[in-house]
Amino acid sequence: MQISEAWLRELVNPSISTKELVEQLTMAGLEVDSVEPATAEFSKVIVGEVTAIEQHSNADKLRVCKVSVGESEPLQIVCGASNVRVGLKIPVAMVGAILPGNFKIKKSKLRAEPSLGMLCSEKELGLAKEADGLMELSNDAPVGTDVREYLALDDNIMEMDLTPNRADCLSVEGVAREVGVLNKMDWNPVTFDKAEISHDATIEVKIEAKEACPRYLGRLIKNVNANAKTPLWMQEKLRRSGVRSLGSLIDVTNYVLLELGQPLHAFDADKLTGSITVRKGQKGEKLDLLNDQTIILDGSALVIADDQQVLALAGVMGGKNTSVTDASKNIFLECAFFTPITIAGKARQFGLHTDSSHRFERGVDFTLQQRAIERATQLIVDIAGGTVGPISEVTTTEALPLRPAVMLRHSRIERVLGITMANEDIRQIFTGLGMDVEEQDDGWCITPPGYRFDIAIEADLLEEVGRIYGYNNLPNSSLLMRSELAHSEEAVLPLARVEDLLVDKGYQEVITYSFVDEEIQKIIAPNDEFIRIKNPISSELSVMRTTLWCGLLNVALHNIKRQQNRVRLFESGLRFINKKEQMVQQRMISGLLLGTVFAEQWSEKSRKVDFFDMKGDLSAIFHLNNCDVQYKKTLHPALHPGQSAEVLTRQGEIIGVVGMLYPTLEKQLGFDTPVFLFELDQALIFEKQIPKFETLSKFPSVRRDMALIVEEKIAVSEITDCINQGNEKVIKDILIFDIYRGDGVDDGYKSVALSLLLQDDKETLTDSEIDAIFVRVLETIKSKISAKLRD
Amino acid sequence: MSANLEEILSQGIQALAEAKDLNQLEQVRVSYLGKKGEFTLQMKQLGKLDPDQRRAVGQAINKAKGEFQQKLEVTKVTMQQVALDTRLASEFVDITLPGRGQSVAGLHPVTITLRRISKIFSSVGFKVLEGPEIEDDYHNFEALNIPLHHPARAMHDTFYFDAHTVLRTHTSPVQIRAMEAEKPPLKVIAPGRVYRCDSDVTHTPMFHQVEGFLVDTDVSFADLKGVVYEFLRAFFEKEIPVRFRPSYFPFTEPSAEVDIECVMCDGKGCRVCGHTGWLEVMGCGMIHPEVFKSVDINSDEFTGFAFGMGVERLAMLRYGINDLRMFFDNDLKFLEQFH
Repeated sequence: MQISEAWLRELVNPSISTKELVEQLTMAGLEVDSVEPATAEFSKVIVGEVTAIEQHSNADKLRVCKVSVGESEPLQIVCGASNVRVGLKIPVAMVGAILPGNFKIKKSKLRAEPSLGMLCSEKELGLAKEADGLMELSNDAPVGTDVREYLALDDNIMEMDLTPNRADCLSVEGVAREVGVLNKMDWNPVTFDKAEISHDATIEVKIEAKEACPRYLGRLIKNVNANAKTPLWMQEKLRRSGVRSLGSLIDVTNYVLLELGQPLHAFDADKLTGSITVRKGQKGEKLDLLNDQTIILDGSALVIADDQQVLALAGVMGGKNTSVTDASKNIFLECAFFTPITIAGKARQFGLHTDSSHRFERGVDFTLQQRAIERATQLIVDIAGGTVGPISEVTTTEALPLRPAVMLRHSRIERVLGITMANEDIRQIFTGLGMDVEEQDDGWCITPPGYRFDIAIEADLLEEVGRIYGYNNLPNSSLLMRSELAHSEEAVLPLARVEDLLVDKGYQEVITYSFVDEEIQKIIAPNDEFIRIKNPISSELSVMRTTLWCGLLNVALHNIKRQQNRVRLFESGLRFINKKEQMVQQRMISGLLLGTVFAEQWSEKSRKVDFFDMKGDLSAIFHLNNCDVQYKKTLHPALHPGQSAEVLTRQGEIIGVVGMLYPTLEKQLGFDTPVFLFELDQALIFEKQIPKFETLSKFPSVRRDMALIVEEKIAVSEITDCINQGNEKVIKDILIFDIYRGDGVDDGYKSVALSLLLQDDKETLTDSEIDAIFVRVLETIKSKISAKLRD
Repeated sequence: MSANLEEILSQGIQALAEAKDLNQLEQVRVSYLGKKGEFTLQMKQLGKLDPDQRRAVGQAINKAKGEFQQKLEVTKVTMQQVALDTRLASEFVDITLPGRGQSVAGLHPVTITLRRISKIFSSVGFKVLEGPEIEDDYHNFEALNIPLHHPARAMHDTFYFDAHTVLRTHTSPVQIRAMEAEKPPLKVIAPGRVYRCDSDVTHTPMFHQVEGFLVDTDVSFADLKGVVYEFLRAFFEKEIPVRFRPSYFPFTEPSAEVDIECVMCDGKGCRVCGHTGWLEVMGCGMIHPEVFKSVDINSDEFTGFAFGMGVERLAMLRYGINDLRMFFDNDLKFLEQFH
């Protein structure tokens, strides 16, 4: 909301500077975003009166004027504006004046006629963006006065950012009330004399939706002059409030809205048929709005209608057909209270946001309508004349909001705010805020006024006390709370430890959006059922990721385009999958690897990363949590079938997948080097085995090597499984130290060299015992997977 | 000393001088002091002498042998030194060449910031909790005293999946989930991703928040102020002017915005703080009785405070980052700055 400081100070004028005022409002919860001068700087512009006009002898469009500026002799000024006339009061920029834009006025000659100044338009004074002719001051403007002083232009516009609970401050009066309390001084509500009632014609008002519209006031004003000019003071106040002048009748309703906070609407009474009805709109009804938008009602919105048509979207905007125009003669003024819940969301539903809807959905004082309609009537009559009819009012008292008294306990002030306050101070705060205060034994019984929709419980009153007292004046206490020793869960591997490990292994952490491009999502995980956002910000961010790979691949491409040829990334976060109509949210940790093993360096011949580089990094993670995992060959739509694996726990739960990006996908996505990916379920890697001590053997260990020839299709894990299944307790470890293909090994076969580490806890193993074990192991392997010992 | 013995000694000394390395030196040692060495042979012949001569000759042999041994030792030490010097000279490397091996990467600045925040709070016993990001309307809004059509809903540009399911717009739903699961006293912080349907220079559709709250029998606004002050001082590692401004959140009452003196211009006014000298860094307040009601906590018995802060904003202020969007571009040149 934009508010003029000068207007505010008409109602309450504490002796503090603008800066102090702004600070005070901000610190009371009425945040002032910015303060700008109301008018651009200009000087030496005086109220003048045109006393004589002659046609310029040498130019058709110019006239030579005598202008009185309160000095003994009138000034001669040449002027080209069409509205210049004798008797007109205008702003005169004197010789030496500086106008906005550093435009200096000098003595000059226009086609040989001397000109001692300039007659100004609103545009030239920076008061309007456009102007067609001179600015016309009112007839009673005192000649010779400085225009800045006369128009009170030395003003500031404060941009206020009000929170939705403070609808009571959406008016100059509302802000004045706050300023009064904050400065412990009285403020002056607007006073005026009611217009006399001079005819008895009315339009009947029927309220069908009583809950939505507990109060409706209407009044017929006849024979107004719709062309009457809005007085300058009102135009200026509207301008400084950011409201455009749209003709005197509409200006008055806007003015009262700004002044008192009550939205009003003026209908052209001659365009109404029969009576006025406030009702729910019917499905399919159409309404052409003032902003040239046509809306079709859905049966939930509240409307104002006559016997023939819908006239207005209640509390939001009037209709075009019945709006006042320059030709209007008789008008029907509406001043109502619509409940917040009725208006809430309605404007947004039709893509609208108006000053009226903004106020009604937050709450307009339901006791204000009488005063507001009288104020508007008085202003209309003053400006546009007309005869005034009686007010027709329909009020459903039981539908009006309740303002039950709220109890504020002494003890709560101390307990919640940490201060004690004198009775008198509490009374002053609340009466200043317009509340009714009744003292009780243990506190106060406080009744909020109609304009406060945010005071319903004790906490609300505590906030008022804290706010007016000043949050910054409240004490600070050191942490008052029970202390407990921290838990240290050893069976849980902290995510941070895994992240640190990956960072130390050269993986950069990234954070990518949880929503991704549907196309990429479908390419990477065609079998996952993804979840679609109803109102995405763009098609590139429209579905929830079912794998973190979407983001990692994107980041890799982004960086490859920026000359990075070695990329290692990881991300931790949720993936989202629709499983049997359930939205499953699973915390994953995923990585991407491409380029060379090491950054280019002088001493080591580099090579490209492969599957086992990534597997090695994963092994390091599983080393952290002491968990035995197994890798099982798998088929994944995004991965190379020969270089991809599922990672499983010993119990067979799937921890995740690792593998090389499918070669055609690699090309399709725009990579020109193999990409390796992994994704693990955090829930399964954070379970950590707490170490259990085993006695160290005192006896020496023995290593026995063997080289086995097996068919190419036999996985090394099958060999080690064979050995493990033999359950030889003295075999402590198996090490694979070479894989060989070539001379001496037939095609389709490979040689696997492995060594067994043997050790017993109770004795030194003898050669014959070792030989026996070796033979048993070899027999098992030979029989199960047809391995041969290499010669 | 006999002429023979003198001859042996001088030949021995001569041999020591001629030895070229430690190996030759060892051969010399053996040929004079070994089992069949010259001096050993001399000693063996002692027995053949008259007993009265034996003592004098023995002394002479020992003296010559001693002299030889001393010379041998000196030669040996010198030679070892020469050998070591040669080795050291030959094994010289250019220590200014880069080291070998894997380079270390870094964490994302948001994670670094989240970890610092979590550490500060967990050091005084706050538990770190996480919640779902696809959230139901009840936990994201209703239970936080934001009923349907509340104007505050318009302030949250919400992503929807259906009428009842949203991407959480703040981390506050974790407050509800925590209080549903456990009874007070409670001290919790909830870091995580949040989503708003808004994207421009100063907004990204996803960002991070840390929600914190404390519920106990006697928690006051003064405690909230104390915790916030201490946190900001710990986070920025300096005394920093802080102010509390009344504000409005449906789930707290009283509510406040917390401003710190602009860390970019020290409060003088600059582009970052909109020339006000102050920066908004978090929202906070006393937990609203309606919120307590929705999780069945008696607000006469318990009071509590809650606060919420934007992680990217704190990271930007801490590290002087001037563009929010950099966080999610994930350019390695940007990320690498946060080792």
